[in-house]
Amino acid sequence: MERGFEMKQKQHGFWDDVKKYKALLLMLTPAVLFFLLFAYVPMAGIVLAFKQFNYTGGVFGSPWNGLDNFKFFFGSGDAWRVTRNTALYNIAFIVVNNVLQIFAGILLFEVAGKWFRKITQTMLFLPYFISWVVVGAIAYNLFNFDVGTVNVLLKGLGMQPVDIYNTASYWPVILVVVSAWKTLGYGTIMYLAAITGIDTEMYEAAEIDGANIFQRIMKITVPNLMPTVIILVLLAIGNIFRGDFGMFYNMVGNNGLLFSSTDVIDTFVFRSLTTSNEIGMSAAAGFYQSLLGFVTIMLANYAVRKYDKDRALF
Amino acid sequence: MSTTAKIQTTKVRKRVNTDRLLLSIIGYVSLTLLAIFCIFPFILVVSSSLSEESTIIEKGFQLIPTDFSTDAYSLLFKYPADMLRAYGVTISVTLIGTLFGLFLTSMTAYVLSRRDFKWRGRFSFFFFFTTLFSGGLVPWYLMIVNYLHLKDTLLVLILPMMMNVFYIIVMKSFMSSIPDAITESAKIDGAGDFRIFMQLIVPLSKPALATIGLFIALAYWNDWYNALLFISKSELMPLQYYLYKMLGNMDGMRKAMMASGAVVNSDLPTESLKMAMTIVATGPILLVYPFIQKYFVQGLTVGAVKG
Repeated sequence: MERGFEMKQKQHGFWDDVKKYKALLLMLTPAVLFFLLFAYVPMAGIVLAFKQFNYTGGVFGSPWNGLDNFKFFFGSGDAWRVTRNTALYNIAFIVVNNVLQIFAGILLFEVAGKWFRKITQTMLFLPYFISWVVVGAIAYNLFNFDVGTVNVLLKGLGMQPVDIYNTASYWPVILVVVSAWKTLGYGTIMYLAAITGIDTEMYEAAEIDGANIFQRIMKITVPNLMPTVIILVLLAIGNIFRGDFGMFYNMVGNNGLLFSSTDVIDTFVFRSLTTSNEIGMSAAAGFYQSLLGFVTIMLANYAVRKYDKDRALF
Repeated sequence: MSTTAKIQTTKVRKRVNTDRLLLSIIGYVSLTLLAIFCIFPFILVVSSSLSEESTIIEKGFQLIPTDFSTDAYSLLFKYPADMLRAYGVTISVTLIGTLFGLFLTSMTAYVLSRRDFKWRGRFSFFFFFTTLFSGGLVPWYLMIVNYLHLKDTLLVLILPMMMNVFYIIVMKSFMSSIPDAITESAKIDGAGDFRIFMQLIVPLSKPALATIGLFIALAYWNDWYNALLFISKSELMPLQYYLYKMLGNMDGMRKAMMASGAVVNSDLPTESLKMAMTIVATGPILLVYPFIQKYFVQGLTVGAVKG
C-alpha cells in the first residue's frame, strides 16, 4: 500500500505536486511571506557586519570594511563584559528558577486543600501576566533612594539607606530574584503537570514498603521529574547567550553606572543601534550573538538527542 | 507474633502520619510565603497609589497607606485624553493582531499537521529554522524602517508580532490529534482544503484556539518593545509604552497636565501618580487573569509535552 503510493508519487513531476497541493500551498503562503520578510531577508542583512554603513548606500550599497566592526567590538572590552554577563545571568536564572519551581511544584502537588492549591497557584501566576514596564515601576517603588520601600524599611530598623540605582554590586542579586519572581508560577505549573503524570501505582508500592513521604518524594517524585528537568534545562542552555531585553532594559534602563554588572548582549546591541547609531558595530555584535546562540543550541539539542531521542527539538 | 506485627504496622502508620503532618506544615508555610512574595509588590503599588503625596515624600512608600487619598486617580481621570488614547491604541492593536494572528497561525498549523502533505517536513523546518538563527536586531530593524517603511504606523505594532513559531508548533501538535478520517471523509465528499479547515478543523480546535489566542493577546497587550523601537508619534503610543514614557519623564507629564489646565506646577503628586498610572495600565489584566489562567496552563502543558 505504502510502496504503491510512493511509486505513484515518483511518476509525478514537481509541478504535478504543486497542482495537487495547490490549496494547501496557498494556505501556507501568508506564513511563508511573513517569515521571509521578518526572518529570512533580514538574515541577508548580516553583510552589514562587514560594512561601513551609510544611509545613501543602504544595506547593500555601503562599502565593505572587512573585520573592522568586529575589531572595534572586541577591542573595546565590551564584548567580553556583555558575553560574560549574559551567560552568567542565564546560568543563575536556570539554577535558581528551576530549583524553586520544582520545590513549589512538589509541595503544590502534596498539600491537600483544593482551595488552598487553587488560590496559591493563582497568586504565583500573577507576575507572569504583567509587562516588564510594570515590573520596572514596581522596582522603582521598591528601590528608589528617597521614597523606596526598601529604604523605608532600612530606616525603620535604624539602618543607613542604600543607593541601589547607583551601586552595581546589588544588581545580580536583584535581577536573579526578579527573574525567579516573574517565572515562578509558569514553571511551577509546568512541573506540577509533570508530577501529576507520574504513575500513582509507584506511590502505592512505596507506601506499602513503608517508605515515608519524604523518602517517596526523594526516591520517586524527583527521579521521575528528572527527564523533564534535563530537557528544560538543556533547552534553556541553548538560549544562554540570549538576554531578556525587556527585563534588563526596564529594570536598569540606560543607567551607565550599573553597566559593569547588568549590561547584556541584547541591551548593548540596542544601545549601540539607537543611541550611538553605530550600525556596523551593532550588526557585528548581533551576528556574533546569533552565531554563539546557534552553536549552543545545536550542542544542547545534540545533548538532548543523546539523552532521549524523542525529546530533541530536531 | 501477630501482635508484634500489629504493633509494627501501627508504628509505621504513626510515623507515616507524623511525616505527612510535617510535610503539610512545610507545604502550607512555604507556599504561603511564596504566594506572598509573588503578590506583595502589587499590594505595595496599590497602596502607594492611594497615599497622600506629602506622606510619600516625607516617609516613603508604605505597605498600608497612613493618609488615604485618591488624588492621583482623580487627577488621572480628570484629563484622561492621553491615557484613553493609549488604551485605544492597545485595544485596537490587540484585537486586530489577535484575530489575524490566530487565523494565520491555525491555518499554517493545519497544513503542517496534514500527514498527506508531501512537503510538510520541509516547511516545518523552514519555520523552525528562524528560531535557531537570526540576522540579529540591526538588519531586522533596518528592514522594517528602511525597506517596509513601517516606522510610526499602527501596522508596525501589529505585523512583527503576528506569528510565532512556538504557537504554530503548539497548534500543530493539537491538530495532529484530530483523526485524519475527518479530513479524508470530507475530501471524499468533495470539500476543498480551506473549507475543511474552516468548517471542520476550526470548530474542533476550540480549546487550542482559546489558549493560543490568549497567548497572542497577552503578548500584544504587554508589548512596548516595538513601540520603543518604531513609534515616536504620541498618538500611536500603546498603553505599556505610554506608561514607560511617563514613568521616565514626569516633567513631560507635568507639562502636559499644565497645558491642559489640570494642575499648576507645584502640586503634581508625582510619586503616587506614577503608581496610579501603573495600576490603571495593568488594571484589565489584574481583573481577568484569574479567569483566563486555566487556558495558559493548557498551553504550557501542551508545549511541555513536545517543544
